Amino acid sequence: MENKNTITIPAEKFRFVTKNDLSHDSKFATKPVSYFQGAFKRFCKNKGAVVGGIVISVLVLFAIIAPLFTPFKPAYYDMVYAYVTPKVNFFAENDLGFWDGCKEKNTSRIGYLKDLALETETGREIIKGGEYTISDDGANYSYRYDTYFGVGFGKYKIISPEEYKDIQRYQNETGRQVLYPVVNVNDRPTLEKNKYDANIYYKVENPNAATLRPKLENGKIVPNYWKYSVGNENGLMAEYDSLRIEGKDGILKDGDQYFYVYGRKVDGGIEVRAEYYEYYIYQHTQVMQDGITEPLFLFGTTQTGKDIFACLAYGARFSFIFASVVAIVNFVVGVIWGSISGYFGGKIDLFMERFAEILGSVPSMIVITLLKYHMGASSQVLVLFISFFVTGWIGMAGRTRMQFYRFKNQEYVLAARTLGARDARIMFKHIFPNGLGTIVTSFALVIPSMIYSETSLSYLGIINLEAGNTTSVGTLIAAGQQSIMADAGYVALFPCMFLVLLMLSFNLFGNGLRDAFNPSLRGTED
Amino acid sequence: MYMFKYVSKRLGLMLFTFIIIFTMCFVLIKLLPIPTNALPGQDPEIIYKTLEGRGWITNIQEGENGVWDYDRVPILTQFVTYIKRIVTQGDFGIVTTYGEYLNMNIWKVFVSHLPPTILINIYSTLIGVPIGLGLGILAALKKNKWQDQLINIFIILLISVPGIVLAIMIQYVFCFKLGWFPLTMSTSNDYFTWEVFRSMIPAVFAMCLGSIAGYARYTRAELSEVLTGEFMLLARTKGLTKKQAIYRHAMRNSMVVIFPSILSEFISVLSGSLIYERIFGINGVGGLYLNSITFQDYDFFMLLSGFYTLVGLAAGIVIDISYGFIDPRIRMGAK
Repeated sequence: MENKNTITIPAEKFRFVTKNDLSHDSKFATKPVSYFQGAFKRFCKNKGAVVGGIVISVLVLFAIIAPLFTPFKPAYYDMVYAYVTPKVNFFAENDLGFWDGCKEKNTSRIGYLKDLALETETGREIIKGGEYTISDDGANYSYRYDTYFGVGFGKYKIISPEEYKDIQRYQNETGRQVLYPVVNVNDRPTLEKNKYDANIYYKVENPNAATLRPKLENGKIVPNYWKYSVGNENGLMAEYDSLRIEGKDGILKDGDQYFYVYGRKVDGGIEVRAEYYEYYIYQHTQVMQDGITEPLFLFGTTQTGKDIFACLAYGARFSFIFASVVAIVNFVVGVIWGSISGYFGGKIDLFMERFAEILGSVPSMIVITLLKYHMGASSQVLVLFISFFVTGWIGMAGRTRMQFYRFKNQEYVLAARTLGARDARIMFKHIFPNGLGTIVTSFALVIPSMIYSETSLSYLGIINLEAGNTTSVGTLIAAGQQSIMADAGYVALFPCMFLVLLMLSFNLFGNGLRDAFNPSLRGTED
Repeated sequence: MYMFKYVSKRLGLMLFTFIIIFTMCFVLIKLLPIPTNALPGQDPEIIYKTLEGRGWITNIQEGENGVWDYDRVPILTQFVTYIKRIVTQGDFGIVTTYGEYLNMNIWKVFVSHLPPTILINIYSTLIGVPIGLGLGILAALKKNKWQDQLINIFIILLISVPGIVLAIMIQYVFCFKLGWFPLTMSTSNDYFTWEVFRSMIPAVFAMCLGSIAGYARYTRAELSEVLTGEFMLLARTKGLTKKQAIYRHAMRNSMVVIFPSILSEFISVLSGSLIYERIFGINGVGGLYLNSITFQDYDFFMLLSGFYTLVGLAAGIVIDISYGFIDPRIRMGAK
């Protein structure tokens, strides 16, 4: 059709709208934001996740650094210092009322007198601040009791003559009183259980009774030390030339000079009363020289006298290393398996899926038990590792497979293939990076669940890592649960706190990661 | 008809998986050395004769110094004997090394330990499901209001605090400090008396706290997704009140996903309470399993492994099948 109404416009009337508009799209003034930069930015906006991340790094730092700074090892134990409460020198010296190695003690008058007797002899503050309250009927004394000094002397100790000499040397050099006067055998209580109790240095009302009642004279405890006057030494008295609690010149009484006896010769050595606190320091600084300078347990000790701080630090270190190694191995295997299965599909996929499904249906407890039976002789860590690997990679493989299914039919993949890219290149250059966000998120979430499984297994006693010179948080928690009956809640407190902090922060961190990598998923799953 | 095919296919697959796992377990167990250490006061000959009677070994000969010589029956033959005995007589063997139940019928010991495990489970489901669903629904309906925030904090706390810690805390506070409940569950066999029930409460409480959080989170996510669906808008435009729309359309649709997961969790916690059973001293299957591991009572271990595998598989299949029944898209054969 011909249009006759065409208006003819002369060419010179045409001109560009603006001369500059000829240019292409203007360049972006802002910098391009890559996927990971964007994810990082979104992650930083999520406060919970950032806090979670910080807590995780603190816990990891604790696990790395703490074992280097504590002289204690998981294998260390000292039955005398069992159930001593957490103590920090700063809190103890400033009388802040907690974390000072003390605990509330309710006892009878006899119990109170015994503690008081120890306190008067050693000069330690066993009854904190000397304050105590008596119940209305006068039967019950309650006060804050120092678990470190309250141990007192324990039993009479038989040491070799060389050690006896060495302790005297140590006493002379440092001025610390380790040895205290002994009580003559004939003056001691008669019952077997009381006879060797080195805490009873005083006169008692009835030496034959099962419960000993300190004999008071003018409201004071009367020492029952074995003493001799100069020139009347007995062959059983071990020679002693060091600090004396009665003073250098002994006691002058009725014109005679008396000295206390500090060691009694017996078969196999010399029987002494050593105050355990000082003896412990002597043992560790002079004899073992293992870096322990004093009994000071930051988190207290367990029923068997293990240092909770060291156990927790080593256990945490093991958990982190173990979980990361397993997670990495699972990640690699799972990603390879999932990519192949997802990318190729069809029969290969069906077969691989069936295999993974059957393996995944075996309860992990059964896997670990069978492995333990078959590899009983080898290390438990290896058993744990293999059993976590056997079923652990399946989840990762499933997630990778899903990501591959999502992307493999998209046009850009087709384009890459048309351009001649090989399968491996398409898989790992074109598809995998797109699914990386989801996969990394699940990687982060797998670590705490791994630590938790390891903890439960050691809690249940199926895996025991103590043999391998390390320990697990689970073992500690098991010890803590047994200690509930002994009213030593702090044994469970610290490992439990560690576990809770770890889980909570990993959950927050993982959720943050997920939201950051998949902004579209936000809030649908939490 | 499609449904029948669907269910039978799922069941067949499950059976296939189970048989493979069970056989593998059996073979792996039979590859181990047979524990023949006689307990004090036990005649070794009886042990060997028992093992021979079970069909595990043959040609027993007493050598010098009390060393016994025997041949092992081929594993395949053992397996056939084992299966035959189970199928024809329901006989899973007798306890050989687990001191407490020595020479008793494994199946009977197992059954006698089932009630505490199941009861605790049922109680915690009965308490946990309504509360969990209720919280989840409330959170979804009040989304992004303070109720939702509060419930969310509660959920994330409960989900993050591990079961072990929660149980120990409950035991410490309620059983030890306050003394409201006994520390461990009573061992009495009258499960329906108040005393026994009271001793179960801490365990039930510990168990249902975790599941409450799980259900609440799941329900909230599902329901809030359904609530934003376009059919909800349609329902409102049709003239339904908000209450009606939520009740008839949103709830039913979200239940499609939630209900199977309740069933499955109910089944799977039958086995998943090892830790709770240990902490609260429940005389159930979990303790039996742990002890059978320590005592290396292999027949016992086989039975319990079979049980745990079956429970795990059943939990999975329940989800699949009930999806089929509840969701018309699957029921009608669509993909």
